[in-house]
Formats: sequence, structure tokens, C-alpha cells
Amino acid sequence: MTLPWPTLLPLIFAGLMGLAILIYVILDGFDLGIGILFAVAEDAEQDTMIAAIGPFWDANETWLVLAVGLLLVAFPLAHGTILTALYIPVFLLLVGLILRGVAFDFRAKVPAGRKHRWNRIFFLGSVIASLAQGYMLGIYVLGLDVGFGGITFGALVALCLAAAYAAMGAAWVIYKTEGELQRKAVLWLRRALVLTALGMVAVSLATPLASPRIFDKWFVWPAMLYLSPLPILSAVLFLWLWRQTFHLPTADDRHALTPFLTLAAIFTLGFAGLAWSFYPFVVPDRLTIWQAASAPESLAIILAGTVVVLPIIIFYSFYAYRVFGGKATDLTYD
Amino acid sequence: MDPLMLSRIQFGANISFHILFPAITIALGWVLLFFKLRYNATGDSAWMRAYFTWVKVFALSFAMGVVSGVTMSFQFGTNWPGYMETVGNIAGPLLAYEVLTAFFLEAAFLGIMLFGFRRVSNRIHTLATVLVAGGTTLSAFWIIALNSWMQTPVGFEMRDGVAHATDWWAIVFNPSMPYRLVHMLLASGLTVSFLVGGLSALRYLYGDRSESMWKALRTGVFTAAILIPIQIFAGDQHGLNTLEHQPQKIAAMEANWNTGPNVPLILFALPDEAARENRFEVTIPDGASLILRHSASGVVPGLNDYAGDHPPVFPVFWGFRIMVGVGVLMLVVSWSAAFFLKRRHSLPKPLALVMVPMALSGWLATLAGWYTTEIGRQPWLVTGVLKTADAVGPVAGSQVALSLAVYLILYALLLIAYLGVLVHLALKAAKDGDASPLPGVMNAALSQPAAK
Repeated sequence: MTLPWPTLLPLIFAGLMGLAILIYVILDGFDLGIGILFAVAEDAEQDTMIAAIGPFWDANETWLVLAVGLLLVAFPLAHGTILTALYIPVFLLLVGLILRGVAFDFRAKVPAGRKHRWNRIFFLGSVIASLAQGYMLGIYVLGLDVGFGGITFGALVALCLAAAYAAMGAAWVIYKTEGELQRKAVLWLRRALVLTALGMVAVSLATPLASPRIFDKWFVWPAMLYLSPLPILSAVLFLWLWRQTFHLPTADDRHALTPFLTLAAIFTLGFAGLAWSFYPFVVPDRLTIWQAASAPESLAIILAGTVVVLPIIIFYSFYAYRVFGGKATDLTYD
Repeated sequence: MDPLMLSRIQFGANISFHILFPAITIALGWVLLFFKLRYNATGDSAWMRAYFTWVKVFALSFAMGVVSGVTMSFQFGTNWPGYMETVGNIAGPLLAYEVLTAFFLEAAFLGIMLFGFRRVSNRIHTLATVLVAGGTTLSAFWIIALNSWMQTPVGFEMRDGVAHATDWWAIVFNPSMPYRLVHMLLASGLTVSFLVGGLSALRYLYGDRSESMWKALRTGVFTAAILIPIQIFAGDQHGLNTLEHQPQKIAAMEANWNTGPNVPLILFALPDEAARENRFEVTIPDGASLILRHSASGVVPGLNDYAGDHPPVFPVFWGFRIMVGVGVLMLVVSWSAAFFLKRRHSLPKPLALVMVPMALSGWLATLAGWYTTEIGRQPWLVTGVLKTADAVGPVAGSQVALSLAVYLILYALLLIAYLGVLVHLALKAAKDGDASPLPGVMNAALSQPAAK
């Protein structure tokens, strides 16, 4: 049996958009997390932490541009509905991203005395952007509910997502640094993990409770059986990572990348759960991906380009990461 | 509070702020490549010093462009949902191709270009510079294609109030696209050449006589002197194209109310849209007819033919005059400077003093030109397809007012900080000259970057 293109194309684009969001959350997650951790790091450590993300953050943020771009171009109706409903948090997210993005560059170029100011702005921007993303996730999970309950829940998720990003940032610091800073990062990771776990549990419980449709998708036999690996595996990974933090860093620096990969796996599992919950809706319980999609001929022309270009993008992104592999050194314009 | 007007001001402010930075990065990428290629060919480290100085400006401008560009792409949804709902089938693929083919390329290789000189081979570093410069230009190509299509839409059909593409080639290479693209690329070239020339003149005034200063100064001045006459010709051609496809915009640019022959060129006037006439006119007889039709008896369109459906006259008329005025000033300054550098091998102090504020002349001309063409498109968002007023979203005016106020404050502060850093970088370079070790390289031989 062959699926007709008008059915298949929106599905493919929903998948691509999901992939772009997931990659964004993982990659910019550690950038934003490092910004959040600026609050507890000292001057010299901040320089090293910046060096650990300096060559990457631009490309990392591009995945957000792609994700929003795909929402914009593939699901124009959903784009308008979601973004007008989330006007203020989107606005705050943008302010945060602006502050973070420019502070990153300014702090390295201003006269020495002004560097502190831009460090604070970098922290502030990262916190605002993370909180805004978490808040939007919370509101989206509750079906774009912006009543009192929605706002409260949004605030909780905001806090937890910021903590999750801080955990990602700490895991990245463990991978990219050594010595005192690396030991500190292990402690940061341990603290952030508690709130990260709380956030995942909260979102996992709230999603089915907010929508009877989603409840029925999860809690019927045999779907429950097929889906059980998601929460079980997440819990196992959490516990395993928690135990890891008591042994890191190891003497020969083995497993330095493990916390980051584990967190990325946990994010992926959580994301898969969300995707399953909301499918086939792009605006919860209001617009399906087919109702919101662009014309098939427009999607086809984007897909043609995507199929060719995406592997190339992934290839040179890997290359860029390889060029700046190893422990972070002083970042200089040479 | 009127969400439409507030959203328009907000988008206008955002795009005005945004365009300042692509205007720099598009051409600065190629200038950096020029520095790099000269270094590769001569082995003269002064070229590399010029590269290191200006790559910092590139990085900062790129960051400013990215964050304001992200803001813009979100505003399509938060403030103008009707836009993508109506023409999303056409705007979507063009925007998608921009992100896919250009934006990732720039962002990924920027890291190598900025920090990779000692981590990759010299050849790969040069290649990264090529890819970043090519990426910014490709980015401009897609965005200008979309913007031009909104001005002169072709290659589509309307079905149930939604535009559907019928001919992608016609959409991308729509009638005004080649003119607009060339005009914008040249505008970027001029913006950068005056910025490089102006900040080098500042270094010169601070007593810097280093080789890297001279190299940057000459690059800026000669590029400007070559580009400005080309730009004047390209601008004229663009104007003729606009006359053919958007006559009401030309009528507004000339503040000409009545269609007819022997239309004068207005040098100064205060257009009064309520009375539909100009006050305090200073004119050259038959001037507009001569420029636009190459004949005194040439017929020039008038605004009264488009009553109720033409753009606001005052900003379009003055935007155009400011752009042309700055262009003339650019011609005079760049040719004088080129003369002194070529013939006398020196730069007179008064001329250097003029060049410093002229560092921002490209911004002024670009903004003025941008207002001319974008306000000149009103009341349409997509000519003949979608009115601006029909694209605005359901967001409350008070929310837009809040976001607008914060954006304006933020943009103003960032602009001040940006200009402050430019001056700081120039003065630091002036102080260091060619004496200090190259950044991060310490005293290692420059011609041997750490291989592989």
C-alpha cells in the first residue's frame, strides 16, 4: 500500500520539525545551561565555560530557527494560532535570546572594566530564554490554557526546564573541562537533576490529565505495554546518572561525556512521549497536522531541498564539533 | 491602542534594526576573504592583522543580525498570522531554503572562521571564509527573492483566498528581483567600504600609520570609489523597473499628483496628502520626465490616478531624497579620498575628519532606501494580494505596546553598545598598530598555522 503524498508530506514535516526541536533543545540546552550556571561560577571559570561553547552556539541556535521555520512554512495555520496565544512568553524568549546572543559577543570585545556587566546580561538572557521556553511548554501541554491553572503549571515547568538546561550545561562542562571546574560541575549537575526529574514527572502526569483524549491514548491495554519502556527507561537512566555523579570525575577522565549523552537520551525519551501524546495534533485538540499544513506542492519543494541539504548540514556540523574537540582552551580570534 | 499601527511600528523598528547588520555582514565577508587571499598570496602579516581586526566586527554584526532575525521570524506568527496563512505556500519554501542552504552554512563555519586559524589548515580556514561569505550572500538572495515577490508577485494562483505556486522559477526570479538584489548587494558593499574606510580614518587621526591601517583604509576607499557609480546606475535601472511595475510608488517618490508630460523634478517640497498638493516646492523643469522617460514630454504617473490606494507620500518622498543625497555625498567623499591616496599617497586631515562620520553613511542610505521601497508598497503587504491591515493578528494592543516599548529600549541600548565597541576596537587597533603580537598567536610565525 502506498500512502498518497498529501497525507504523507505533512507527516514527514511534523517529524522533521520534531527532530529540529529535539536537536535544538539538546544543543542549545547546554549553551543556555552554561549561561544559567554563570550565577555560580567565578570569573576565570566563566571564561573557560564560554570557550566550551564559543565555536558552537551560533550553529546550535540555528536549529531553533529551523524548527520555527518549519512550523512557519509547513504549518502556517498552527504557527499563527500558537504564537498569538503565546505572545508574551514568545516575546520574553526573544528578549532573552537577544540578550544572550549579543552578550556572548560583547563580553569578549568591550574594555575590561565592562566585561562584568555583559557577563550578568549573558546570565540574565539565558535564564529568561530558558524560563520562557519552559513556560511555553507548560502552556502547550495544557492545550494553550492561559487561565490561572495554566499559568501556575507553566511557571513550574519553566523552573524545571531551566534546571534541566543547567544540568545539560553542567554535563557539557564536565566533558569540556578538567580540574576544579570539572569537579564543581559534577555538584551542579547533581543539584539540577532533582528539579529536572520533578519537571519530567510533572509534565508526564499533567499531559494525560489535561486531555481525556491523551489519557485514553496512554492508559488502554495494550498501548500501556508498548509505552511502558518510555517512563521505565527514563527512570532507570535518571537513577544511573544520579549514581554516576558520585564517581565523577574519574581519574583518567573516562566517562566524561556519559552524563551529557545520558541526559540527551532522557530528553529524547521525554520528547517521544510528548510526540506520542499530541499526535496527530499540532495545536492540541484543535488543529491536526493535516489541517494546518501548507499545500502539498509547496511541501514537496521544501522536502526536495531538505533531503539534499540536511545530510550536508549534519556532516559539517559534526566536522565543526570535531575541529573544536577535546578540552576547551582559551578562545582567541586566531 | 491600535494593534495594527503598533504592530507596524514594531515590525518596522525590528526590520530597521535587523537590516543594519546583514548590510554589514554580506559584504564584510567578501572583504575578509580579500584580506585572507592577499595574505595567502603575499605572506604579509599586515593583511592578517586587518583580517583579525575586522573579523571581530563581523562576529559581532553576525550575532546582532541573528538575534534580530530570529525576532523577526517569530513576529510573522505573533503579529502577522494572516501573512503566512495567505501566502505561506510561497513565502514558506523561500524562507525554508534560506535557512537550509545559507543560514546553517554561515553559522557552522563561522566558528572555524573566528577561532579556527590555528586549528585547521590555512586552506580550510580560507575555505571557511569563502563559505561564510557565500552563505551571507545566498541568504540575501533568498530574502530579496521573497521581498521582491511581495512587491511584484507572479507565478501563482489564488484558490479559496490562499496563494498557490504555479511557477517557482517565475516566483524566485520575479520582475523586480534582479534589480533589487543588485541594488542591495551594492548597498552592502558601500556600507562596508565606508565603515572600513571611516574607522581606518579614525585610526589615522589617532596617529596610527601601521601597514594594516593603510591596507584597510585603501581597501575601503577604493572599493567605495568603484562601487558608487555602479550603484547610481543600478539604482536608476531599479527606478525604471519600479516605474513599470509599481507606478504608484514612483508617483509617491516624486510627489507627483497629476499624470502628464513635462513633470518637473522636485528638489525640495513638503507634500500635503490632505490637500493633495506640495508646499514650498523647489523644482527643475521637466526633470522627472527626463530622468524617468528620457524625454521632456515623457508621461510620468501621478498619485491622483491611485487615490485611496497609494502609499503615504511624505515618508516615501523624503526617504528617496535622503538616499540619493547620501549617495551623492558618498561619490564626492570616496573619489576625493581615492584621489589623495592614489596621487599623493596621503590623506588630508580634514578629509579624514569627514570620513569618520561617513562610516555610518551606508546605514543611513540603506535605511532611507528601505523605507522608500517598503513604505512605497503600502497599503499592500503583497501587492494586489494581501493588504497589511488584513494580515494583523488578534493580539491585544496593550500587549503589542508593551513588547514594542521593550524592543525600542533594547534596540537603542544595543545600538549604542555596538557603536561603542566599534570605536573601542578601532582605537585599540590604533594603539597596537603593527607592533604588538597577533591576537592569540603570541610570537609564533604567522605563516605556519598549526596544521590539521
